[in-house]
Amino acid sequence: MSDDLEPVEDFRRRARAWIQANLGPVQPWDLDQNCENDAEELKAVARDRALQRKLHDAGFAGLCFPKEYGGQGLTPAHHRAFCEELAGHEFPSRFAVPTFSPCASIILECGTAEQKARHLPAILRGDEVWSQLLSEPGGGSDVAGATTSAVRDPATGDWIINGSKVWTSRAWWADWGLILARTNWNVPKHQGLTVFMVPLQQPSIEIRRIERLNGESEACEEFFTDVRVPDSDRMSEIDGGWTVGQRWMYHERVGHNSPWVLRPVGLKQNESKEPTLVAVARRAGRLDDPAARELIGEGQALKIVTHELQRRLASAAASGAGNTDLSSIDRLFRGLAGVRQATIALELAGGQAAAWSEEEEADTGSQGMRYLMRQVTCIGGGTTEIARNVIAERVLGMPREPSGDKGVPFRDVPRGPSRKT
Amino acid sequence: MWHVLDSDQEMLRDMTARYLADNAALPQLRKLRHDPAGFAPGYWTAGAELGWTSLLVPEEHGGGSVSGRGAVDCALIAYEFGKAAAPGPLVDCNVVAAALADAGQGTAAAAEVLSGLLSGQAIAAVALGWAPWLRPDQAGVTVRRDGADYVLDGTVRPVESAGQAQWLLVTAHGAEGPSQALVPTGAPGLAITPLKGLDVTRRFSAVRFDGVRVPAAALLGEPGGARAQLARQIANAAVILAAESTGAMDAAFAMTVDWAFQRYTFGRALASYQALKHRFADMKSWLEASHAVADAAAEAVADRTPAAAEYASAAKSYIGDRGPELAQECVQLHGGIGVTYEHDLHFFLRRVTLDRLLYGTPADHRRLIAAIQIEQEQAA
Ligand SMILES: Cc1cc2nc3c(=O)[nH]c(=O)nc-3n(C[C@H](O)[C@H](O)[C@H](O)COP(=O)(O)OP(=O)(O)OC[C@H]3O[C@@H](n4cnc5c(N)ncnc54)[C@H](O)[C@@H]3O)c2cc1C
Repeated sequence: MSDDLEPVEDFRRRARAWIQANLGPVQPWDLDQNCENDAEELKAVARDRALQRKLHDAGFAGLCFPKEYGGQGLTPAHHRAFCEELAGHEFPSRFAVPTFSPCASIILECGTAEQKARHLPAILRGDEVWSQLLSEPGGGSDVAGATTSAVRDPATGDWIINGSKVWTSRAWWADWGLILARTNWNVPKHQGLTVFMVPLQQPSIEIRRIERLNGESEACEEFFTDVRVPDSDRMSEIDGGWTVGQRWMYHERVGHNSPWVLRPVGLKQNESKEPTLVAVARRAGRLDDPAARELIGEGQALKIVTHELQRRLASAAASGAGNTDLSSIDRLFRGLAGVRQATIALELAGGQAAAWSEEEEADTGSQGMRYLMRQVTCIGGGTTEIARNVIAERVLGMPREPSGDKGVPFRDVPRGPSRKT
Repeated sequence: MWHVLDSDQEMLRDMTARYLADNAALPQLRKLRHDPAGFAPGYWTAGAELGWTSLLVPEEHGGGSVSGRGAVDCALIAYEFGKAAAPGPLVDCNVVAAALADAGQGTAAAAEVLSGLLSGQAIAAVALGWAPWLRPDQAGVTVRRDGADYVLDGTVRPVESAGQAQWLLVTAHGAEGPSQALVPTGAPGLAITPLKGLDVTRRFSAVRFDGVRVPAAALLGEPGGARAQLARQIANAAVILAAESTGAMDAAFAMTVDWAFQRYTFGRALASYQALKHRFADMKSWLEASHAVADAAAEAVADRTPAAAEYASAAKSYIGDRGPELAQECVQLHGGIGVTYEHDLHFFLRRVTLDRLLYGTPADHRRLIAAIQIEQEQAA
């Protein structure tokens, strides 16, 4: 850190003035990232690109990224001040996760000088949106068990990728993907992985949409057929991809709570399109019901606790009191808190949650549908079970689970069948 | 508990921790099981010298915090109390001391009470009963005006350390709303009956007011106007209880993690079973969350932020819920030994359970938060 950094409070004032003069109020498509239909979604994507460009041109993009890559070279404290000032304003929400974290964070940490110079300024300018290609039809929790293969073409030195990835959020309109692939099947699983960068919109990659049970389809499945990747787009040592993979897991767990991710913060500000619990109870005519009030209070308390836990873990990291595995505590807590909040909302809505009109959906949303999708908060970004394993084994030091793949050449590891459609 | 303390805070915390280790170790507490006071004479006055009762009181009233944020410093002490399951009326004495200091230019008598509390020579108990701020119609004690005096009638329970206290801060309901009065425990018409209680060392009584007559000067604040000061007292208590429970949770959890490594079944340590590891992971997340919200509540109350009451109630309700749940999980993971008196675990189970119940249950505090939320949305 250099001594001539702008003091945080001066920066905050400058940021506030710019935000107020240049950014409109927060919009529904900022809060809930998936639009009603594809046309609306693509409009929102274009708008987010333009917003990211606007931040960039004003010198507010990539606050913690080094100046040489188009960032501002500031500290997490500056970043936090900006995020606080951003509360209530529009922001390029589609760049947050996974573009800035984990993708850009990993490029910054692990990319070559050329890769950083090529992609980081482009991301900060709003020109590149990234996806992360980790999960496969054969399994997502066991990330290092990837079976998508990359084989070197001896003639050109290029890599040829075959296989498929799944659950990739928003791959259908993203520009680039970070992909974990297997380059060596004759060594134990962690020792034969390599990370590559691939442009997603190309003929050798077939992207299919996956419809979720609520009708929305941001998730995709990608089929790679002889996808050619130049060696200059390899991001790790050959077979050394798990070194990158571990940082990747860390950034994925941190998610929105990362100093690389721009996002309005503050409790008052509603961070999602979800109606307040008071609004749900009012619509159900239950504001005076003591049982409903207890649920409202429980939900608000949980919101405060979730927020404060994130602050505590961030301060543990900053003070050196915690290791990176502590982020799995936040991941576990957020998952379970999200589940409880959805259940509380369903309970408050009462029988009304079974069926609703268009206007009601626009007004207080559908608590029934939210409930049906409840477990998403415990699955996406790595499941809560995996977070529990990490906490028990790496935070509390308990013995590791026995595994069927330790020390075994990956070729010989028992694997379940892949889903083939 | 904060990851980073300044050196004065560290010294405050450390002195209490060492004092409690020397004077309130669990074998010593076991001996106090049938002691009417629950603590030895001199224990409390020596503790008061370490600052136990002066942190919420500004310097001009004879108190003083070490960091300038009294509720934060007080939470540090309370955390150590929880970790040791220590005896003593920490919550009530601090709540009353803060209330007297807040009331400002009180009478000479009030100033004398405050100085007694600060030195530890006097003990004050809070006769509040359960959640009267939510259910004034069920108030245990009523007040009416009679000439220049006020007359109190009714019963309130449980009241901590009433048998040891010289003073009671009683909340009573009257035609104009809640009033608070500082009453000497020797006042005519006042009867204190010891009750059995959950904790090994903390004692409770039922207090009966039978036409107890106090002068107007005994009132704290305006007659019928005690609502705001009551809310501040509840918030102070919630901060102390939340920090104390977090300390007790830490102790119970650490003990149970150790046990999981030592105890073997089927040729394996308990710590190797995934079903149990996952429960430990959940507990660890509750514990970290409890630390986070207890600290945040102490800061909000110290700084008197607009969200202070909501934060205090969030801490009280979350920790009041998770604290006993964590302690019961610890009992379960110990097996049969976990429900014995011989084992130390119950000291912490008692403490978190008691803390859950005093100054409003989780449900009471959730309703308090809901009222704040509803009011804010109606104002918006
Ligand atoms: C909203 C959402 C967005 C997502 N976005 C992306 C994305 O952009 N990119 C991407 O690559 N993936 C993405 N995913 C996929 C996600 O990371 C995986 O679904 C997740 O890691 C779980 O993998 P799986 O679905 O294959 O389940 P599996 O790994 O098959 O697990 C099935 C069940 O078994 C449990 N389990 C597995 N192993 C263990 C173990 N060792 N101990 C205990 N329990 C275990 C799991 O917790 C789970 O409950 C997304 C998922 C969702 C829901």
